Amino acid sequence: MIWMTLLLVVLVLAALWASMTTALLRAALGLALTSALLAVVMFSMGATLAAVMELSVCAGLISVVLVSVTSLTQRRPLKEALANRRSRLRRYWPLPLVLIAVGVALSFVHAPVEIALRVPTGDGDVRTVLWSLRQLDLFGQILILLAGVFGVLVLFRKEAKHDD
Amino acid sequence: MSHLLLLVPFLAVVFLNLLPKRARGAALWVSFGVLGLEAAAAFVERFSSIDSSAFAWLESVFGFRLAADHLSGLAMLCAGIVGMAALLVARRTLKDAGEKFYFANLVLVALVGINGIAMVRDLFSLYVFVEVTAIATFILITASRSERGFEGAWKYIILSVIASVLMLTSIGFFLLSAGDVTFDAVKTALGAPGSLTWVAMALFLCGLFVKGGLVPFHGWLADAYTAAPAPVSVFMAGIVTKASGIFALLRIVSSTMGSALPGREILLVVGALTIVVGAFLALGQSNMKRMLAYSSVSQMGYIVLALGGDLSLGILAAGLHFFNHAISKSQLFANAAAIEEQLGTLNMDEMGGIGARMPVTAGTTAVATLSIAGLPPLAGFWSKLLIVLALWNAKEYGFAVVAILASLVTLAYFLSLQRRVFFGKTHSKWAHVKEAAPGLLVPVVALALITIALGIGFPFALRVLLGGGA
Repeated sequence: MIWMTLLLVVLVLAALWASMTTALLRAALGLALTSALLAVVMFSMGATLAAVMELSVCAGLISVVLVSVTSLTQRRPLKEALANRRSRLRRYWPLPLVLIAVGVALSFVHAPVEIALRVPTGDGDVRTVLWSLRQLDLFGQILILLAGVFGVLVLFRKEAKHDD
Repeated sequence: MSHLLLLVPFLAVVFLNLLPKRARGAALWVSFGVLGLEAAAAFVERFSSIDSSAFAWLESVFGFRLAADHLSGLAMLCAGIVGMAALLVARRTLKDAGEKFYFANLVLVALVGINGIAMVRDLFSLYVFVEVTAIATFILITASRSERGFEGAWKYIILSVIASVLMLTSIGFFLLSAGDVTFDAVKTALGAPGSLTWVAMALFLCGLFVKGGLVPFHGWLADAYTAAPAPVSVFMAGIVTKASGIFALLRIVSSTMGSALPGREILLVVGALTIVVGAFLALGQSNMKRMLAYSSVSQMGYIVLALGGDLSLGILAAGLHFFNHAISKSQLFANAAAIEEQLGTLNMDEMGGIGARMPVTAGTTAVATLSIAGLPPLAGFWSKLLIVLALWNAKEYGFAVVAILASLVTLAYFLSLQRRVFFGKTHSKWAHVKEAAPGLLVPVVALALITIALGIGFPFALRVLLGGGA
């Protein structure tokens, strides 16, 4: 229980680092770390399939894409980046405290929730899930990736044109 | 046949990207053709029973099942018409060939998302297709690379992520309590006692309220609509926000909640609040696109309010208002694009008297604004009348009065728009202004004609669009 709590705390800190850092590369790495820690949490809860997907797609594939795209960008001047960070910290410093306070408050709530967990049907094999049960969602995921590719093309095509 | 409505736009995107660079100028027309086919498929299906067994082999190739009904047909018809109008506006207002090419592609990607939203029967698939539409839209908003564009898209992304978290949490809760997330399973679970199921439903609805820009989650909408390039505003205001927030809500209410709707008080309160806040925010705007954006917020409130009334009539009224508003609002954003192109500004305080210089733009704007305000015999009158009747039948007299009074506020801000932009003596500054180019007039005239035809031929329209009753 203690190590799980510690894991969750580190996960939240990694997520905060990913969202607060001014460097895109560090943000991408922070996201990858968050994702990897989440995969560990999933493994420990017995959700092997979800953990494998999280590790391969989010921590793996998405991080590679983000790092590649980051390599195409130019870093903001240090002075400007520091000013931006100070401004963000001034505006958003209470947010983590609010988050922690809400978490602590919720831990004291013992709502009477009736949960009837059902035994999943099917063998849970990743191929069955992807190709038989959730084929339509897989098609949706392909479209999301396609839209992401268009995002990179649209934004960086313009950048190249402006540099000319 | 339903499968084709997902596959054809997707294959069109693949086809466009295989074209050699010199042939990419045809992208807008290919996209236009696909949207035309979609509108025709949705429309023709209302008249005749096409033998869909010819497409049965598709179901055996693909493992997923889709179900198109009258509501799906309505959303897809809307998507086709609004998409075609947006492409015509893009042809005229986007100057860069590359921008036009990517616009055509992203509209098709968003179209697959919208069609998915219209036809899925599963909460998780609904979530996936809402995300497909949202991601294509983020990119469309930022395509101009202006600072305002990034700000608008940023706000949209942040609130959209919050909505996604709410929806995914809800799906998790449904898996725990109902064991499945198909609409049938959710309907069964909602019929049985269990607090977790209702918490899950409340979270999902909150997610859709954010996506639909309903009060109090409306903050992103005006910035996104205003910052987006003209054709993107037409597409977003016309169909994107409506499909991913409001239509999804309409679908869930009609498919999972049945006639006993314990959460309908929430819909009534959120709907009424959205109508009133949106209307008063619109009243205070000087920027034409911002006024139209807040007007959209207000009109979305009417659809939600209808769902809180007598459900069978409410769904019919909500569906019709969804369609009417999509047509009129996309037309008004196209009118705004025409005005911006001619005047170089959308600040209504700087305008005045341009109706004499742009009579077609002024006339079509009057048609759309009066329809949205609910004046007979235009299309908006009938849908608002049905909304009030749905509330009256449910004995929600107070909310019916709110709906009627808020229509007066709608009329007030739209009359203010007409007066500030078109009426009065033409300012010398605008003496050189001419009517918008034919490329922009074609979509606005076509959309205005649809509004007039729907109003005059209302009984026919009701039977064609919604089968005479939901």
